[in-house]
Amino acid sequence: MKSYVRPMPTTWWLRRGSYVFFMLREFTSVFIAAYLVLFLVMIHRLYQGQAAYESFLESLKSPLAIIFHIVALAFALFHTCTWFNLTPKALVIRLGEERLPPAAIIIPNYLAWIVISVIIGWFVLKG
Amino acid sequence: MANSTTNQSMRLEVFRFSPEEDQEPKPRFQTYEVPFRKDWVVLDALNYVKDQMDGSLSFRWSCRMGVCGSCGMMINGVPKLSCAAFLRDYYPNPIRVEPLANFPVLRDLVFQLDSFIEKLKSIQPWIVRKEEKPISEGEYLQTPAEHARYKDFSMCINCMLCYAACPVVGLEPDFLGPAAIALAQRYNFDSRDQGRAGRQEIVASHEGIWQCTFVGECSAVCPKHVDPAGAIQQAKVASTVDWFKEVLWPWGAKR
Repeated sequence: MKSYVRPMPTTWWLRRGSYVFFMLREFTSVFIAAYLVLFLVMIHRLYQGQAAYESFLESLKSPLAIIFHIVALAFALFHTCTWFNLTPKALVIRLGEERLPPAAIIIPNYLAWIVISVIIGWFVLKG
Repeated sequence: MANSTTNQSMRLEVFRFSPEEDQEPKPRFQTYEVPFRKDWVVLDALNYVKDQMDGSLSFRWSCRMGVCGSCGMMINGVPKLSCAAFLRDYYPNPIRVEPLANFPVLRDLVFQLDSFIEKLKSIQPWIVRKEEKPISEGEYLQTPAEHARYKDFSMCINCMLCYAACPVVGLEPDFLGPAAIALAQRYNFDSRDQGRAGRQEIVASHEGIWQCTFVGECSAVCPKHVDPAGAIQQAKVASTVDWFKEVLWPWGAKR
């Protein structure tokens, strides 16, 4: 029997808001990766010596670098929050017949994030 | 009792496809002006069209109450059971009705579901025992807690809305898909079952769980709150644990 297969355009993800949200979430990884590359460059400069490292720090003060950092931070926050909110899908803890409510899995993620951020911030800022 | 009949009408734009039309059949949209009633769902409007306006319109339906899973359609681009989509939620805007996405269309709103049935069968959706217990030993008992573990995944009515919502199914037609993986998990989580290793051959294969990019729409459209997206992510975690056991645990602990 003859059947009709509907084509799937490359713009399929523009059809629905939830698909756009998904693509945005996937797109955040580009900025996470870009920031990681920047971090590796920083370590390389540090290895090259004090002068190289200081000129690198100076270059980070350019408007372009500051804009990149703001955008990357926004995407990193979006990345973190969306994945934290999805953890209860992958992690199910059962107490007898009942399932631990999703909030009980999401909230510890945020708490650990805040505590670790404060510790790292304390190390970075005290110096 | 108040009469829900009004003189208002509503526009229905219905996807039409007829395979015998000519050499190269082309789909089209046909518009029907149907009465608007507050208690009508899209399926009622389609039945009105079929009974009163155009008997050639084809679509699947059976129970009208969200149990049989036959009447799934794209309603304004979203997969829904047409028996649960009320006209009043769209009025006065027109409603566009299409066959469920990601399936080949046979006629009008009827699509080919053979691939779906094959996928369901492939994961051995029954209780598998290494050795059957003789009847004289009695039944396999289960506690309420053990039953609760898989109950949600057993609520699936095979309506295929999740396949229509999943862009991975559209892009990779061989992907095992949300409902089949959720059904595999339904049996894997069953305390009476011992067939997980056999199902893993399919579930953890290239066409299985690793195709999933976690769009999450399968769970969002599910009329029975089965949460196939959760089932797939949990299967990914379990398969990863398997891998660690097999590769990194030199002293065994093989499944």
